[in-house]
Amino acid sequence: MEVPVEFKPGTFCYGTRPKYLEEVGLPNPREWSPLDEDWKLPADWKDTVLAGIGERLKKNRAFHLFMDICVRCGACADKCHFFIGSGDPKNMPVLRAELMRSVYRKYFSTGGKLFGNLAGARELTFEVFKEWWYYFYQCTECRRCSVFCPYGIDTAEITMMARELFNLLGCNTDWIAGPVANCYRKGNHLGLEPHTITSNIEFMLDDIEEITGIKIEPTFNRKGAEILFVTPSGDLFGDPGTYTCMGYLMLFHELGLDYTWSTYASEGGNFGFFTSMEMAKRLNYKIYAEAKRLGVKWILGGECGHMWRVVHQYMDTWNGPADFLEEPVSPITGTKFENAKTTKMVHIAEFTADLIKHGKLKLDPSRNDHLKVTYHDSCNTSRGMGILEEPRYIINNSCNNFHEMHEDTIREKTFCCGSGTGLNAGENMELRMRGGLPRANAVKHVRDKHGVNMLANICAIDRATLSALMQYWVPDVEVSGVHELLGNALVMTGREGERD
Amino acid sequence: MGALLSFFVVIVLVLLALAGIKGAGLYVLFGTVIPYAAVATFILGVILRVIKWSRSPVPFHIPTTCGQEKSLPWIKYSKLESPAGTLGVIGRMALEVLLFRSLFRNLKTELRNDGPRLAYGSNKWLWLGGLAFHWSMLIVIIRHLRFFTHPVPFLVKIIDSLDGFLQIGAPHLMITGVVLLLALTYLFLRRVFIPQVRYISLPADYLPLFLLMGIATSGILMRYFFKVDIIKVKELTLGLASLNPGIPSGIGVIFYIHLFLISSLFAYFPFSKLMHMGGVFSSVLQETWPITAV
Ligand code: SF4
Ligand code: SF4
Repeated sequence: MEVPVEFKPGTFCYGTRPKYLEEVGLPNPREWSPLDEDWKLPADWKDTVLAGIGERLKKNRAFHLFMDICVRCGACADKCHFFIGSGDPKNMPVLRAELMRSVYRKYFSTGGKLFGNLAGARELTFEVFKEWWYYFYQCTECRRCSVFCPYGIDTAEITMMARELFNLLGCNTDWIAGPVANCYRKGNHLGLEPHTITSNIEFMLDDIEEITGIKIEPTFNRKGAEILFVTPSGDLFGDPGTYTCMGYLMLFHELGLDYTWSTYASEGGNFGFFTSMEMAKRLNYKIYAEAKRLGVKWILGGECGHMWRVVHQYMDTWNGPADFLEEPVSPITGTKFENAKTTKMVHIAEFTADLIKHGKLKLDPSRNDHLKVTYHDSCNTSRGMGILEEPRYIINNSCNNFHEMHEDTIREKTFCCGSGTGLNAGENMELRMRGGLPRANAVKHVRDKHGVNMLANICAIDRATLSALMQYWVPDVEVSGVHELLGNALVMTGREGERD
Repeated sequence: MGALLSFFVVIVLVLLALAGIKGAGLYVLFGTVIPYAAVATFILGVILRVIKWSRSPVPFHIPTTCGQEKSLPWIKYSKLESPAGTLGVIGRMALEVLLFRSLFRNLKTELRNDGPRLAYGSNKWLWLGGLAFHWSMLIVIIRHLRFFTHPVPFLVKIIDSLDGFLQIGAPHLMITGVVLLLALTYLFLRRVFIPQVRYISLPADYLPLFLLMGIATSGILMRYFFKVDIIKVKELTLGLASLNPGIPSGIGVIFYIHLFLISSLFAYFPFSKLMHMGGVFSSVLQETWPITAV
């Protein structure tokens, strides 16, 4: 840790513009860059950070324990994709955590106060603060390290705390603060306004009509619908996300589902989650608020990774209980979604897998015969409760050629795309390509061995980031959502055999 | 650097005890005062630390799960890796605490330069070393209860005789003592030779290792080589345990070294990473308890 931090080009994001902070009322808005000598922190920044740590120790036992009980066994060391890809020792999860632990010891633990440096304690200086900033924005909170830790020490949670501290001083990245402000003001990360949302979807509907001859007419903000559908805004904007979205539209049409889109709660993801718990809660709230306003029975969520972690592990605590909603029941099959009993929000992979199991969909997997598919487990869906089988079930029913990647790189051991938690900016491309190396490498292996040419996933961020990653490392492999594959295979009533 | 420093600290401790007993004859200090003070520090320190932890609430149930969750009825879920009921949680925790499940999963990841290409391999040495160390430590501690109890409980006797079942030498060689020392040596060597682990190691990581090695070595020396008068040792330890301390004469200095190192470990315990023992339950419990279980 004696090695001073060096901001290498292409490995960090821009500092946030002041307007984004002003829009959501976060402190210390100003023009700044991480490369500046002076970050224009308030004079008492150090007190703010230390008080912030103290407060979080008191509010969160996990954080407190994680500060105390690591034995530096090193089991987590080579599990982080950023360490594997960059070789930078401070990217070993244990050392990433030690960056903060050392300061914790100095100010909060008896051992550190008694034995100082010998106990691994160090002073909080501006250099240390910069080092934190650099390395806690090189962690995608993927939790792969915690799978291997004998105490379940979750470096992701330490990173979350660090990022909360940065936000006490206005040091968010531009790429996170922007979507947060957009989402707060306009309902989604991309800042799409209602008319843009509807017209984007209309474009997709035109395409669907052209291919299938079927005209779909979804509804927006319709009161009294049975289901509110919320998906990450990435699905509304840009390929290949839009193809996945077309898959949803076709599926719902075929089912005759009584559902509606919202142009207000138009974001499933939550960049507030990469900012602070308070911000995440604030942004998350609109989903329930909209469900209440529209009077729906329950909520269906699109393909997204961190959205799922938020819904499954935080939403109920923040904004529950959602007792104005009903326990989700599939109107097509009558299946009760027991695991969504409290949140009232179902992941579409579960919804669709259930339909297929009950034989409610007519699928022609041969329509996907030009594809050899592999599946990437998103960090959040795999390690934040485990949606592992449903997407595989859908793929296996929609495609004839499916090949798993190496067993040490899938399911709970899956590798991050390298760009999660708001690191999917453009200016840190070097970092992203390095962090994505383990994932790309596993794809390359199945490409070479089985001729795989399609990387499926259930995450909107993946669809954007893996595309870039594949272009760099494995150029002939494309990326798709699982519902894109389903949409391809879906035989729609009245148009049987019309598509090739 | 950290290793040398820690080694030096332990040597100083040994010399202190040696000088204190041999030179100054401070039997009461090393035989009564320090052990009591150390145990008091240990108990108080651990309690305070646990209270401190338990004062912080657990706002979210956010375990890292390692398997399919319980969702649709026809999908087989992973009862132990993503438990949905109390039984599963207890199972997951027991596997972790008793058998070090997570370490069993350990992999080696290597970046090969033809490509670049990543290669994965199983790596269970740390699991084996850790398990060997912790279990033999536990048995050694249980065995030592015979010094603090009269009559000696049946269970302790059984473990004692099982441990010496090889019946080599007199007194019988205790397997756990040897395993303990070997495991400690392995844990030390990996800190020195695996570059990543060397990089992350602090003096505070070597110190407990050396202390424990010192304790084990002095114990083995005492049992098999210097052969202190076991009856008198028991008189002293039983006195300590019954709060009726006394110093029988004629116990060899090696015993006091052993005792002093143990006292140092006890006193150091609450301030050190050894607190992972207390934290592991809380942490593992929290990390194994998914929201569907509540
Ligand atoms: S695996 Fe856990 S205990 Fe071991 S070094 Fe990593 S965080 Fe620390
Ligand atoms: S959470 Fe993921 S990115 Fe962060 S340190 Fe652990 S393995 Fe690395």
